[in-house]
Amino acid sequence: MNENIVSVNNLSVSFDYQENFLSKKQKIKAVNNINIKIKKGSFFGLVGESGSGKTTLGRAILGANKISQGNVIFHDDEKDYDLTSITSKEMKEYRKKAQLIFQDPYAALSPRMTVRDIIAEPLEVMKITNSREETDERVRDIAAKCRLNLEHLRRFPHAFSGGQRQRISIARALVSNPKFIVADESVAALDVSIQADILNLLKQLQEDLNLTYLFISHDLSVVAHVCDIVAVMYLGHIVEMAPSRELFSNPRHSYTKALLSSIPSIDPENKSKAIELQGEIPSAMNPPSGCVFRTRCPNPTHDCKEGNIEMGLKEVSPNHWVDQCCVNCG
Amino acid sequence: MTHLLEINNLDVKFDTDEGRITAIDNVSLTLDQGKVLGIVGESGSGKSVTAKSIMQLNPGNTIYNDNAEIIIDDENVLKFTSKNDLKKIRGGKVSMIFQEPMASFAPAIKIGYQMVEQLMIHKPMDKKEAKNISIDMLNRVGIADAEKRFNQYAFELSGGMRQRAMIAMALSTMPKLLLADEPTTALDVTIQAQVINLMKDIIKEFNMGVIFITHDLGVIAQVADDVAVMYLGSIVERGPVNEILKNPKHPYTRGLLNALPDINNLDAPLKPIPGNIPSPLDRPSACVFRTRCPDPTHDCREGNTEMGLIEVSPGHWVDKCCVNCG
Repeated sequence: MNENIVSVNNLSVSFDYQENFLSKKQKIKAVNNINIKIKKGSFFGLVGESGSGKTTLGRAILGANKISQGNVIFHDDEKDYDLTSITSKEMKEYRKKAQLIFQDPYAALSPRMTVRDIIAEPLEVMKITNSREETDERVRDIAAKCRLNLEHLRRFPHAFSGGQRQRISIARALVSNPKFIVADESVAALDVSIQADILNLLKQLQEDLNLTYLFISHDLSVVAHVCDIVAVMYLGHIVEMAPSRELFSNPRHSYTKALLSSIPSIDPENKSKAIELQGEIPSAMNPPSGCVFRTRCPNPTHDCKEGNIEMGLKEVSPNHWVDQCCVNCG
Repeated sequence: MTHLLEINNLDVKFDTDEGRITAIDNVSLTLDQGKVLGIVGESGSGKSVTAKSIMQLNPGNTIYNDNAEIIIDDENVLKFTSKNDLKKIRGGKVSMIFQEPMASFAPAIKIGYQMVEQLMIHKPMDKKEAKNISIDMLNRVGIADAEKRFNQYAFELSGGMRQRAMIAMALSTMPKLLLADEPTTALDVTIQAQVINLMKDIIKEFNMGVIFITHDLGVIAQVADDVAVMYLGSIVERGPVNEILKNPKHPYTRGLLNALPDINNLDAPLKPIPGNIPSPLDRPSACVFRTRCPDPTHDCREGNTEMGLIEVSPGHWVDKCCVNCG
């Protein structure tokens, strides 16, 4: 049996873009040559700024974005699903096994449905249960696991606070009994006091239900706390990947270092200035040649600055992968 | 010395279909020139309503209490009703930076035109002069190619640049008081670091008073001199930033600090504050925090105590009811 649940091999996702109807169609590579393996039962973190391709990668793994190159394989107990050659029947099976939790619990829940109907909808759409009683039982079961009050099931989403709504979204994602969850910025819209509660819930559910997460976030301190392994993305590339403790105590890529130093310290006396990256993330339409980070690298090597280097991850210590071009940069 | 801004006994209520709700309850605070006051709290705690009251930007169903005072330059701005008076606090002496820089610029009007327009409303100057000041300001906040950006629309700028342009616009009238409502929340961390450093430099240079609203205690620690912690419309703790973050006395402040993931201590469990923020429609009587307090005293739990700040050490004020709670 495979120890991984998802293998992503040389994955690229591009979108067509046309400035206006006269101009030539361009391809924008949102995700570029990604290789990751997500172990069963792990909490895999994906961090990066907006526009780095985190969400596109997550959606491609779920089959929600078209794959341009490479493939994604989901390893279930009995069979493998290759998303590049998946049949629509298999896709339906796959949807039950891999689910998504959204960022904004205010936008994700229909205001016209009761909480019970919201959670039950996937069961009905996927034809998982055969009777109303069975559906109700599944809904009550997962609601209890997500620490929702059973009498809440009759109410409408507007009656709930952000944290409760996020628990409803989680219950809805988990009701089909999936094995793999993509949590896309699932705590970004919540207050800190509630955020801690949802993170603890995700951890607890992982143990209870044997889940594997791909946790997408821009908040490094959150990722550091919950994830076992973290990949840092920049402009469609993974630039560093390591077990989370290793990554946070010993970052090797200058982008990771800059991200870590940018977290404002809670200690007012700690006025250590962030490593300030110059400028902003370049447009994906016109990415730098060679190393994509070279335009913002604080101290690039000569070859790197000239764009003579090819990107690609290199293992610098066990399980710690860094983009080969930036291992030697400042 | 008189304060730059003095808020006394401010209550704000909103008339809604579901009844009258209390958004701010008896808030008093002061701010001196050149100082940064951070206001922290969860969503719904009344941070933005407090700031908007200063510029009278709250919606039409707002009710202020009669004895409330917001004093700037010996004038109670809450009593302003005429257009000319309001102009003084809306963009003249006071400027505001909003959270969402995309939403704060008109999408179909060039950035430069918007900057010039507001400058000419507040200062006696002609178009050319206003344009020069605007471009100079864009340069000051670190926008490269300011002249080109001046003639662009908001959608042509990236998020960080838009926020810089917003700051430039807010500062171009040389306000005495700057209200920054979550100015870095919508930005990526690397851009947030740039904007925070920029704001620190500018505050020093212009010697303004700033109210900096955020829910991120890390940001507060880096920019603020004083902090006020708000919960459900009340200030529950207030004092110098060092004192509040290192020696918090209120259980809510402690809860916020404990809930924050600490990157230097990955083994520490994340401790959420139990329960949810009560709806403003059923605001707890007496101490507002008692429904979530981890260890309330008997009197507090029963709702027998009154709220009100007392000074526990010089400059450090805590709600008196919660000084003895866990």
